[in-house]
Amino acid sequence: MIINGVTIDATFAEAFPMKATRAIITAQNEKWAMISAQAMTGFATSVIACGCEAGIERVLSPEETPDGRPGVSILIFAMGGKGLAKQLETRAGQCVLTSPTSALFAGIDSDKPIPLGKNLRYFGDGFQISKLINGKRYWRIPVMDGEFLTEATTGQVDAVGGGNFLVLAQSQPQALAACEVAIEQMRKIPNVIMPFPGGVVRSGSKVGSKYKTLGASTNDAFCPTLKGITRTDLSPDIESVMEIVIDGLSKTDIDKAMRVGMQAVCELGAEAGIQRLSAGNYGGKLGPFHFHLQEILG
Amino acid sequence: MSALTFVLKQPLKQRVDMSPLVCQRLTELTLTQIGALPLQQGKQQIPVEALFEVSGTDTAQIVIKNSSDKLDFIGKELHGGSITVEGDAGAYCGMGMKAGNITVLGNVGLFAACEMKKGQLTVHGNAGDFLGGALPGNKMGMKGGVVLIKGNVGERAGDHLRRGVILIEGNAGDYCGSRMTAGTIAVMGKVGNHLGYAMRRGTLLLWQSAKIPAMFNDCGTHTLAFLPLLFASFKGLDSKFADKASAFNRVQRYGGDMAEMGRGEILLKSVA
Repeated sequence: MIINGVTIDATFAEAFPMKATRAIITAQNEKWAMISAQAMTGFATSVIACGCEAGIERVLSPEETPDGRPGVSILIFAMGGKGLAKQLETRAGQCVLTSPTSALFAGIDSDKPIPLGKNLRYFGDGFQISKLINGKRYWRIPVMDGEFLTEATTGQVDAVGGGNFLVLAQSQPQALAACEVAIEQMRKIPNVIMPFPGGVVRSGSKVGSKYKTLGASTNDAFCPTLKGITRTDLSPDIESVMEIVIDGLSKTDIDKAMRVGMQAVCELGAEAGIQRLSAGNYGGKLGPFHFHLQEILG
Repeated sequence: MSALTFVLKQPLKQRVDMSPLVCQRLTELTLTQIGALPLQQGKQQIPVEALFEVSGTDTAQIVIKNSSDKLDFIGKELHGGSITVEGDAGAYCGMGMKAGNITVLGNVGLFAACEMKKGQLTVHGNAGDFLGGALPGNKMGMKGGVVLIKGNVGERAGDHLRRGVILIEGNAGDYCGSRMTAGTIAVMGKVGNHLGYAMRRGTLLLWQSAKIPAMFNDCGTHTLAFLPLLFASFKGLDSKFADKASAFNRVQRYGGDMAEMGRGEILLKSVA
């Protein structure tokens, strides 16, 4: 398949089941809600070493938030429920509780509640106050700037992690420019995050390594500087490859995000130096969710 | 289906225990069987039909017409459905209620919503003493649900309140919120003396200035983030509490009762 001069590889991205949750952070203004959200979703690019993958889903207007203040919704993904609960609580405690004027609310309902502020309340040293409002429990924790208001729990849901596509371009600036355009469009899709810095990852990995202690190592088949010395997947005219990884609450959400992202890249086309779109997979052995690029764009 | 209706035939000389006439105890009973149910009146047991004209079929909706303040225990341990009282209700209205709605168009007597667990009690008139309280000797009063009083309430409203919300559009008597363990009492009118006496935890939310007891200490003026959520939860009520103009989030906070645990609070609407 070729769209606007861009070759779409007959391959698929391989994704795996994850557990996810959504939280809503509000603050006095959007600036401080965003600062808190950025802190909470920081160092959360990959479960390989961060314990979770997290990102900002979107900015919320005051009308959309529980307390009528500007807010930001964030999504956190982990390989299991326990890990998710631990990451959520640690990050809420260190990044939202500490952030001036912030409040923290559940962003998703499910029959599996996980602690949000339930245990952070002990920071209140006995001065914390519980309020049950409309069947939801909130904790008011006294802090130096006033009170930190947090909902006790949020919901844990089944999700999908690891959707991806690779942008293969004639130069590094062209690859990055295409990814930026894709990310801009993909951020409009609800229920997904692109957890890597700015949504783009330049160090895609393969499973395994020559070093026994490493479970993952550089994806040498897509490294342009190794074209001549490894079994490469790159043609001579490709100088740079970048990847966009997508985690979503469902396969459909990732489908949508991949479609708008790849369409945006294809619109730039070969004229902008984009040669191919490909995807990372592990022969179908890693995860049950397969995203066939040509089907998505078909 | 029309609501199951009980019309009181004549004024009562003795008090009547209405606890058998709740929705969950009447399902699958015929009108004849309902009419034959015994009610305790003073020292006697007399059938329902001796006191009421009974009509209607929908046991999930009960209407008591021509009601009297001698009808006690209306809606006791109600577990779903609705009871509408056209007139006054006696003592212990909605006692131990677990779910459903009770609406009283007149006044209610002592111990309304006593040890209530869930559901909603709405009173268009006034309520007597110990609204939402605990039975004498018990340590826990109302444990959940919403009580809305459009008139005034007597003394010791929310005595031993454990959880839930009591909303009072009018005035509250002395010892409002006494011995509260938790929960919220909101009073739009005036409150009497000894506010929050022996209060352990919980919130007393006031619209008008009050005589703050010596055992409560001023914690300053604050904007509290939970108040917009609390007011938003009143939105569905047919009440002044649902009015946006009634809402506020800036309050003078008093902590107490310092002779007790001191974790309770009086939040007075800030005029600043």
